[in-house]
Amino acid sequence: MNALGPLWLSVQLAFVTMLILVAAGTPIAWWLSRTRSRWKPLAQAIVAMPIVLPPTVLGFYLLILLGPDGAIGSWWVRLTGDALTFSFTGLVVASCIYSLPFAVQPLQNAFEALPDPYLERAWTLGATKLDAFFSIAVPLSVRGFVSGAVLSFAHTLGEFGVVLMVGGNIPGETRVVSIAIYDHVETLNYAAAHRLSLLLLAFAFVVLVGMFAFDRRWSAR
Amino acid sequence: MIRLRHRVEKGDFRLDGDIEIPDTGGTGVFGESGSGKTTLLRCIAGLEGGGAAVHERNVGFVFQQPTLFPHLDVGRNIAYGARRAKTRRMETDRVAAMLGIGGLLDRYPQSLSGGEVQRVAIAAALLRSPDIVLMDEPLASLDRPRKDELLPYIDRLHDELSIPVVYVSHDIGEISRLCDHLVLLSRGRVEANGSLFEVLARADSPLLTGRNAGVVLWATPVDHEDGLTRFDLADGDIWVPGEFETSRNPVRLRIAASDVSIARERAAQTTILNVLRATVEDVRTVDAAISIVRLRLGNQVVLAQVTNRSVRRLALNPGDRVFAQVKSVTVRR
Repeated sequence: MNALGPLWLSVQLAFVTMLILVAAGTPIAWWLSRTRSRWKPLAQAIVAMPIVLPPTVLGFYLLILLGPDGAIGSWWVRLTGDALTFSFTGLVVASCIYSLPFAVQPLQNAFEALPDPYLERAWTLGATKLDAFFSIAVPLSVRGFVSGAVLSFAHTLGEFGVVLMVGGNIPGETRVVSIAIYDHVETLNYAAAHRLSLLLLAFAFVVLVGMFAFDRRWSAR
Repeated sequence: MIRLRHRVEKGDFRLDGDIEIPDTGGTGVFGESGSGKTTLLRCIAGLEGGGAAVHERNVGFVFQQPTLFPHLDVGRNIAYGARRAKTRRMETDRVAAMLGIGGLLDRYPQSLSGGEVQRVAIAAALLRSPDIVLMDEPLASLDRPRKDELLPYIDRLHDELSIPVVYVSHDIGEISRLCDHLVLLSRGRVEANGSLFEVLARADSPLLTGRNAGVVLWATPVDHEDGLTRFDLADGDIWVPGEFETSRNPVRLRIAASDVSIARERAAQTTILNVLRATVEDVRTVDAAISIVRLRLGNQVVLAQVTNRSVRRLALNPGDRVFAQVKSVTVRR
């Protein structure tokens, strides 16, 4: 169990991050898909930044921001008494930023593919905007939700650089599977590194095959 | 009467609509593309122009492009508006029967024809129990056979419902068939607003000259002969190919001005069946070549599109007794 501890921690982290990102990413993606604001390219760039930035750069800024003296970190310390850095909560915050584009972009694509007349029709049939969103937009964007959830989960699972910068290597708290593999290699424990790596490899493959198979079945309808 | 007041500006287009329409029956909104017909309708629905939110206005809207929710079967598509209706005045069974969709309830939109989709869309709009039904060229995206299939259903709505219907179209033939009231719209302005019969017969709008000129009149289908139906008009008979159901009640005939010619004397040998005594009421020059002549037949009016040269040759003047030769007639039903 001890050997699989980091894997379990990674799964927990990825799952919590996925839940938060689908919930928070939906309104962001909806706004991006509908807005004609001139600030849209700016917002899109901010959301997409984590794709381009080296994780160490992102991790470095997050370390400063989330640290006990940082803007968010100090506020967190006052609120809870604990530091955000080198804690599971800090990892969740960092992961949410790191994986944000992987949730937002599939959702945005799905929402943009939604023809306007569907929503206008729903409104003229008596649906409020929120009602129309949940009864029409959400069911017709299932593919976007599945892709967004799977990709943000899988991307968080594979996270390394950001975790190393803001989380360190505390067993049971921040020692996620990618860090554990790195550790095993450092200490020349290749057998343990193999076990975890193979598990991740198999997992990533199964998830992606599952997602694409779902996508195919859905588009065949 | 219902008063509709809408003012909206989009770029250099300005819509200024202040119209009163009857609170029952069909009102046709006719105009060329770009005249603001659709914008007017979307303003009434609240889809444009601000004001109360769309869902708070109790309107049924039928879009030009047949649209249903693809993830819901027909039954749940028509229930969508019914479930959200504030008051339910429509029964699902009755509406489904009226539009002939009772057998489609388990089907998904992808498996329906364009005409079927539009019928289901109309049923969904009606089951919302709206105060007014707005139809934005519901036939425009359908081919001829589908149009002919759908028209009788829309026709029937007016007879069976007491809800006002605003019907936007650029096809005056459709409007003549479906509506009793006519609004002419040109570049965002209301050019005419009145009973269909009057507005058509006035023929004073540039919109209703040329190929759109024509009238609607009432005639009673009395009997059949040689595969034709005889319609009794106040001042003579009109023969129309096809056996239409005879009745005591007059039905609507549309006669396009381009299908009417004028003769001073009754032609002895002609293939034209319908030759009616008429009096010239007005001669209006449309352009360098064409005039529209208004002819009175008893208490009704037909328009004839003739050349200016013919007007000169026959020396047509108001008050002259002539013969109207009618080549083709469209029967409402």
